[in-house]
Amino acid sequence: MAKLSFPVGPQHPALKEPENLRFTVDGELVVDADIRIGYVHRSIERSCSERNYVQDMYLCERVCGICSNAHTLCYAMTCEKLADIEVPERAQYIRMLMHEFERIHSHLLWLGVAGHEVGFETLFMYVWRDREIIQDILEMVSGNRGHYAMTTLGGVRYDITPEMADRIREGLKVLRQRAERYADIATTEATFLKRASGVGVASGEVCRSLGAAGPTARGSGVPFDIRTAFPYLKYHTVEWQVRTSELCDVLGRTLVRVLEVIDACDICLQALDIMPEGDIQARFPRKVPEGEAIARVEAQRGELIYYIRSDGSDVPARVKIRTPTLANLPVSLEMLRGGQIADIPIAFASIDPCFSCTDRMVVLDDAHTGEARQMTWPELVKLGRQR
Amino acid sequence: MLDGLVKWARGKSPWVCHLNCGSCNGCDIEIVAALMPRFDLERFGVLLEGSPRHADVFLATGPMTRQIRDRVVRVYEQAADPKFVVAVGTCGVSGSPFYPGYNVLGGVDAAIPVDMYVPGCPARPDAISYGVLRLLATLDPKAEALVKEIEERYDTEGLVYTPEEMAQQRDPVEGARG
Repeated sequence: MAKLSFPVGPQHPALKEPENLRFTVDGELVVDADIRIGYVHRSIERSCSERNYVQDMYLCERVCGICSNAHTLCYAMTCEKLADIEVPERAQYIRMLMHEFERIHSHLLWLGVAGHEVGFETLFMYVWRDREIIQDILEMVSGNRGHYAMTTLGGVRYDITPEMADRIREGLKVLRQRAERYADIATTEATFLKRASGVGVASGEVCRSLGAAGPTARGSGVPFDIRTAFPYLKYHTVEWQVRTSELCDVLGRTLVRVLEVIDACDICLQALDIMPEGDIQARFPRKVPEGEAIARVEAQRGELIYYIRSDGSDVPARVKIRTPTLANLPVSLEMLRGGQIADIPIAFASIDPCFSCTDRMVVLDDAHTGEARQMTWPELVKLGRQR
Repeated sequence: MLDGLVKWARGKSPWVCHLNCGSCNGCDIEIVAALMPRFDLERFGVLLEGSPRHADVFLATGPMTRQIRDRVVRVYEQAADPKFVVAVGTCGVSGSPFYPGYNVLGGVDAAIPVDMYVPGCPARPDAISYGVLRLLATLDPKAEALVKEIEERYDTEGLVYTPEEMAQQRDPVEGARG
């Protein structure tokens, strides 16, 4: 049979975000897959070098609506490294709490979407109902259901009162039970197993060689987690473990995420008990000393890296963002190859792709002459118009 | 008569199509949250539809990027009349905070006409559903009565803006004149 090539997207019922996927199929088998991104490029890095450090905080938060807190956390950590500011203990604990709350909300969101992709709508509805518990907690603590604006330079903006802590404990206990139930469903429910087991296979070796990050890598038995590899915040003061799975398929990634929800609940419950009293914010200077710094955090999708270069003014000279989905895209295409057409949605969704995170722009130096290249504003606009 | 039938059917069960114009996913998950058990818009007949050809209401999110503009216009043209566009989120309203980036044209109305603006970052599920309901009130007398009841009972000030109100907001002098 002749091979057939067809495009999917940018606007397509199966896609939640605009991206263009191109598949080559032989009958029902996917022979090749390619991706074209760039529809959600919003010139964030360029805008960052036009605004001051505080304004950039809110801009970076809006890189992604799902992992917004990870972005502000990583941005603030980079700035604090540059300015050499010590964040108060209590603020670090609150940051860790927010970081884990967000992981819970994001993983539950993903689990629901995964249920939807395999046609398990009941799971979708149940998970999204339970997700409202963590949304309520986030709203209670920060005042908003998304883009919490909780992290600020030198600390956090709001404190967690004892009454709040009690309500958080209550909510997390319920969530933990529900997550255990979902772990049970993922391992025993026949309909789910049939759609998830052996689908979207990527071995640990492939994940390592293509540089996969986060639950995608851990679902293939690569025990890499920034929280233990390069410790930050207060993760060393609580008991938890890096979850991995040797299954290397969609099921493995699902299990890792569900177990991480349980772990996140445990981390939060422990942190609430051992959190010291004290200040929640250190004074941050308006101008940051000259230099460059890099920070990395384990966002829910994987490793998130921020690089900032300062020229001594109140505006950063360069902000570079590297998000986990970019690291996971090559391996996701590898997962699609050799699979069935019907498995494309779930195999692709299993890396938890987020294209609003990913759409950055890179200008490479000329490889032959070694000459550095720069792009002017009109050139950038022209590039944006290109099809 | 056919017009009347179409109006009746759409007022009762609007099918919404999600249109991502370069959004950060914040508003997008709130749109899905509005359809999920807690808010459950499906009990009112609202159905999330993938194909623009079957849709009555577009929920458009995000600042209009240069790359997506032509595609959005094409998708919009595919929908059958009468069609509505709800700009969801502050980005959809004005492109903020990404405006004026080299790849950002502004709000959703930079490419397609907008019938209702729902600000918020991200827009709340209740505000999104109220925006859709306000649009339906122009088609269905029952929805109109419901809007009146809601407005009597709750403070809906600033929750959603019609194009006229938005023009007034953007340029108070010009808006009053126009």
